[in-house]
Amino acid sequence: MISADGLVKRYGEKTAVKGLSFEVRPGIVTGFLGPNGAGKSTTMRMIVGLDEPSAGRVTVNGKPYAGHAAPLGEVGIMLEARAVHTGRSAHNHLLALGATHGIGRRRVDEVVDLVGLREVARKRVGGFSLGMGQRLGIASALLGDPQTVILDEPVNGLDPEGVRWVRNLLRGLAAEGRTVFVSSHLMSEMALTAEHLIVIGRGELIADTSVEEFVKLASNNSVRVRSPQAPRLRSLIAGPDVTVSSEEAGVLTVTGLESDRIGVIAAEHRITLYELAPQQASLEDAFMEMTQDAVEYRTSQDDGAGLPVGAGRSAA
Amino acid sequence: MSAPTLASSIETPHVPAAHVQVQPVTMRRVLASEWIKLRSLRSTRITLLVAFLLMAGVGILYSAVTANQWSTMSAGDKAGFDPTLAALRGHMFAQLAVGVLGVLVVSGEYATGMIRASLTAVPKRLPVLWAKSLVFGAVTLVTMTIASLIAFFGAQAVLTSQNLQTTLSASGVLRSVLGAGLYLTLVGLIGVALGGLMRNTAGAISTLLGVLLLLPVMIDLFPSSIRSDISPYLPGNAGEALLSPAQQAGYLAPWTGFAVMCAYAVAALVGAAFVLKRRDA
Repeated sequence: MISADGLVKRYGEKTAVKGLSFEVRPGIVTGFLGPNGAGKSTTMRMIVGLDEPSAGRVTVNGKPYAGHAAPLGEVGIMLEARAVHTGRSAHNHLLALGATHGIGRRRVDEVVDLVGLREVARKRVGGFSLGMGQRLGIASALLGDPQTVILDEPVNGLDPEGVRWVRNLLRGLAAEGRTVFVSSHLMSEMALTAEHLIVIGRGELIADTSVEEFVKLASNNSVRVRSPQAPRLRSLIAGPDVTVSSEEAGVLTVTGLESDRIGVIAAEHRITLYELAPQQASLEDAFMEMTQDAVEYRTSQDDGAGLPVGAGRSAA
Repeated sequence: MSAPTLASSIETPHVPAAHVQVQPVTMRRVLASEWIKLRSLRSTRITLLVAFLLMAGVGILYSAVTANQWSTMSAGDKAGFDPTLAALRGHMFAQLAVGVLGVLVVSGEYATGMIRASLTAVPKRLPVLWAKSLVFGAVTLVTMTIASLIAFFGAQAVLTSQNLQTTLSASGVLRSVLGAGLYLTLVGLIGVALGGLMRNTAGAISTLLGVLLLLPVMIDLFPSSIRSDISPYLPGNAGEALLSPAQQAGYLAPWTGFAVMCAYAVAALVGAAFVLKRRDA
């Protein structure tokens, strides 16, 4: 369980995180989604006390991270930027981390096997591929058998096999009742892994909802209709809650009316349909739509709040 | 959640039913962790070996050359010769290796990102700095004291040919020989502190070399009246007072000088502790 309450992080003039509040519950995989630079990593760093919040507070399993006597047993974290000395072997890296919590060789070997690094465990980490580095990061996170697992972009640099492996691992951890909090800037990946989503943009909460709800919330599900009698159909289905647009001749995009209903109306009036297709916005579309405001806001602000570019620059 | 049908057909990684006994973080455990860190880096072992060879070897070499040239040396040179000082000459070179190693013990973690792993394991942070200092300090003290003893006995052996040798029981000699180990340990700890203060290898090494090598030269440019007020209190000069059997002109008394250098090291470490605690990692 992770609870963030009004988290703020300022770096000088810039505010990276602006009053984030959310809860990450045990038993499910929660995706932490946002465009690059939205403040995901900063938030994760604040959760484990690497960065001090400028305001607000965050607790893990009921206490601030640093308040736990054995923090690695509570929370395992893998940060996006590598956190390993390149001159040390994976085995010694894990041994040194574990030693702070009295975790010995046996558990180190166990997590090394779990992430499939046994053959390279005695080699210097500097020679590791990106994917091997990610696996070592995951091994470090699982070392203390923590109740809460936080992973920042865990599938970056993994091959398809590895991506699938991580997906299953995360689901497995959640199924054991653990809290799993995973960041990504890839909506499609989250759709396959996560059940719940916390979406942020420019350091602000955009959505805190289930994946299913998120798609519904973000997209106007529409129906694409192709018919040689399109103009006539358009007038027949018109109504107060229905919007119809047409970008090419003979094709209508209808929102506010289900495809079944459109089909019935067409049949009643003996209108020929070539195509009647419900369009479901993909998660990626939903994500883009959701975060668009955040991105637009940034752009307009940078250019001088809506002024013509030239004027904005000179005014600034 | 709906289990995807595909997943069941491929190998599902199973988190082993772990029998992990996770224990609270204690100073003893952090020390154990730092000891693993220190000994598991090849660069550390090599740098320490270099420091050892310089400390043990340079003094013997210098003594051998001196013994060889003794008959042709001027009376002034002969009068200024001290068999203990000659044996401990290596400290001037060894201190560079030890200081660099001290810096790297901390700055290496910042350079590689390892510090984030270290501080998530020990979120109270300060135990990491204390444990690093203790482990590195102890290893340096032991190895450099051994090197110093080797340098001393080796040098006396080669000086015997000209009957120039001294013994550990002579006045101030044992203190000087053991003092070399103490001096080098303090140099290393100042390196640790600078690494923590600056979090940057190049910057911290430059600063350390500046303090040890450049500062004394710069002070020499001042008029002697000012020079004599400052020079003995520079970190290097103060500590080196401990390495001389008899107190030399322009130096503090041995243990006074050592205390002054200890004060520098403590101040630097406290500064590093402050930065570690206050700044985001």
